[in-house]
Formats: sequence, C-alpha cells, structure tokens
Amino acid sequence: MNFSRSVWFLIKKDLLIEWRQRYAFNGILLYLASVVFLIYVSFIELNPEMWLTLFWIVMLFTSVNAVAKSFLQEGRARWLYYYSIASPYAIIVAKMIYNLLLMLILCIVGLIIYSLVLGNPLIHPYYFFLVVILGSFSFSLTFTLMSAIASKAGNSAMIMPILSFPIIVPVLLLLVKLSFEALYIGALEWPIKDFLLLISLDVVMLILAMLLFPFLWRD
Amino acid sequence: MNTNNWMRKFWWKAMAIVLMLFTIVMGMLATVPTLPILNETIRNLYYHVPMWFGMTLLLLIGMIYSIRFLRSGKMDHDILAAAFTKAGVLFGICGITTGMVWAQFTWGVFWNNDPKENAAAVGLLLYFAYFVLRNSIDDLDKRARVSAVANIIFYFIFIPVIFIVPRLTDSLHPGNGGNPGFNAYDLDSNMRMVFYPAIIGWTLLGAWIATLIARVEILNREFHFSLNNFSRE
Repeated sequence: MNFSRSVWFLIKKDLLIEWRQRYAFNGILLYLASVVFLIYVSFIELNPEMWLTLFWIVMLFTSVNAVAKSFLQEGRARWLYYYSIASPYAIIVAKMIYNLLLMLILCIVGLIIYSLVLGNPLIHPYYFFLVVILGSFSFSLTFTLMSAIASKAGNSAMIMPILSFPIIVPVLLLLVKLSFEALYIGALEWPIKDFLLLISLDVVMLILAMLLFPFLWRD
Repeated sequence: MNTNNWMRKFWWKAMAIVLMLFTIVMGMLATVPTLPILNETIRNLYYHVPMWFGMTLLLLIGMIYSIRFLRSGKMDHDILAAAFTKAGVLFGICGITTGMVWAQFTWGVFWNNDPKENAAAVGLLLYFAYFVLRNSIDDLDKRARVSAVANIIFYFIFIPVIFIVPRLTDSLHPGNGGNPGFNAYDLDSNMRMVFYPAIIGWTLLGAWIATLIARVEILNREFHFSLNNFSRE
C-alpha cells in the first residue's frame, strides 16, 4: 500500500471510530461548554484582553483533553496490527491530520459558544479567525506527538498535561500576542515576523515527529 | 592504575578545581566597575550567568547521548543522557535561585514577571516533566527509549523558549530593553579575566557531577542485577 493511500485509510478508520463512539466527541463539546459557562458565571464581564487570553486557555485545556485519547483509545493488539500493515510515518501523519480536523471543529465551535456567551469585542474578526486556525494547527501537531509519548508511560492521564503545558508555552505566547492585534482599532498591521516564528515552530515539531516517532512505537 | 592513564582521566577535574578556586577567590576580591544600581551585585556575572551556559551545554550533551542511545541501543548512553540532564537541571535551579536573589537586590522583588525568569521557569518545568515521565515507566528498555525521544524534543523546544521568547517583549534584564548587557562590561578586561574562566570552570564541574551521577547509577544497576542472580541460585 502506498503512503498517501494508507494515510487516507487510517484517517477514515479514525473518523469511523469517532462516529461510532459519538459520546467521546460529545463529551469534549460538553466540556468546552461547561468551561465557558464557568467563566461566564465567575466573571460575568470581561475586558477584551482577558477575553482573548481566557479564550486561548479554554482552547488549550479542551485540546489537551481532546487529543490525549488519540493514542490511548485503541488496545495494544490493534496497534500491533496497524504497525504490521502501515509505516510509522503514515500512522503519525494520519493521526496529525485527524487531530487537525478535530481541533478545527473544536476551535470553531468553541469560538461560536465563547462569543455567544461572553460577547465579542473583536475589531478584526476575520484576522482572529485566521489566528485561531493557525493555533489549532500548532495545537494538533504538538499534542499528537505528546500523546504518543504519554501513551507509553504509566498513568498517562497525568503525564499528558504536564508534558504538554510547558511545551506549548512559546506557541501560546505567540498566539496571544498575534491575537491582540485583532483588538486594535484602525488598520490591521500584519505581524509577519511572529507568524513566521509560529510556522517555524510548527515545522520544527513536524520534523521532530517524523524523525522520532519510529523509535517510539517499537515494543 | 598507571600514572599516564590516571593523568588522562584526572586532568580536567584538576582544571575544574583550579578554575573554581580562581573564580571564587577572584570573583569576590577582584576590582569591578562601579555602576549605579548594580554596584557590587555585578559579581553575580561570575556565578549566575555561567549557570545558564553550563545548563545549556550539559543539556546539549544529554541530548547528544539520547541520540546516541537511539542509534546504538546501549544502556550506558541512556544512563549518561539522564545524568547530564540531571546535572543541567541542577544548574538551572542554581541559576534561577541566584537570579532571584540578584533581582531582590536590584529590582526589589524576587520575581518580577521578567520574560527571562519566566522562560527559565518554563524550561525547568519541561525538564521536571522529563523526570516524571522517566520514572513513570518501569520497564528499563522502554524507559530508555521513550525518555530519549522526549529528551530530544524537549531540547529543541527549550532552545526557542530561552532564546526567542524573552526577545518578544521588553525586559529589565541586563542586555534587554536598553539595559547594559555583556557588551558594556566587555570593555572591562578585569571582569573578562574572571568571567571566561568561570564559565569553563562551572561547566567542567557540571560534567564532573554528571559523570558521578552516571557512575552511581551504573553501580546501582549492577548491584541489583547481581542481587537478582544471587536470589535465583
């Protein structure tokens, strides 16, 4: 089986599993809604800077929880089967693309729920939407790799966030800095340098994942 | 053990001792330029800054041993990787403590939401997570492999965290936001005379600590291994 075909089949397999166990996805959506509601009842009103920062914190917690299960939900025997029919590169790429789809849906739904409940102070909403899409890209890349590592450890439910939170700090700082641009009245100034920095962090993560994942799965 | 072999193994440890003595004595006694606010705290340059040089270098050596482990599969490489990372983290803790004490005397607070302090704290969190991950896996082979992968990833994230992130915002830290940094002190050759030996001395000391940690770990494993064999007989 060639590379792109096996990636496609693996993504289709993940989507099918997700469709058959809808409770997992619904659970994440409910988690998101509950956190947003918690923020609403504890703050009622937010200033725009806090609105942005809290949005990213909510998305961070939701995505860690959403992606954490990507290497855990299937048993050892089934992984052995996947490894015998597909290359490790196909498996990690398929997982990353699948998690990217998941993150995109979560981020868009999250943004809708968040702005419905807490209002929308954005001056440049389309620009912010672009930053959110870039953010979900970075989150899915980083957390997929981290969940692959955490799945090998004992007590992976605890390992996943402690690995993910420090590692996402540079990305989160860049995302918050980039999204503040969406609050300024007047013409939009594109912070090209920060965009490039964010993309280069993604590229580093992708290269590391491709180089190191084959070593992770050998059991 | 013949003298030649002994010399080969010991020369860099002797150099570490001599350089450390030099750093401590000259660092306290040598003349330093009197600058406003900084005053005598400028001597922290010999103790705080080399910690970060040492930490980055020790973690780099640890990362290289992790790569070598993935290529060779030798357990000794894994033990050395963990030992150098441990020594690097020890340097990081010393660096952040000396930095906080210095900040108390110059900025007035221990923690000033300074981007460099925050970046250093994030770096330490990363490597603490590395040790938690390492200790959570019981199987020695699997532990070595997974922690080698994690160590390589963490190093490539650690470097952007400490070098890129602090440059995103202004800072009170020397060398940032219009504050005099290294270049201003470089004019003073007295300080350079102590600063460069201090970096080499501290780094050698860190490498020495790392090899000791590795040797203890190897002895421990041999001991447990022989215990297991003994109980089977």
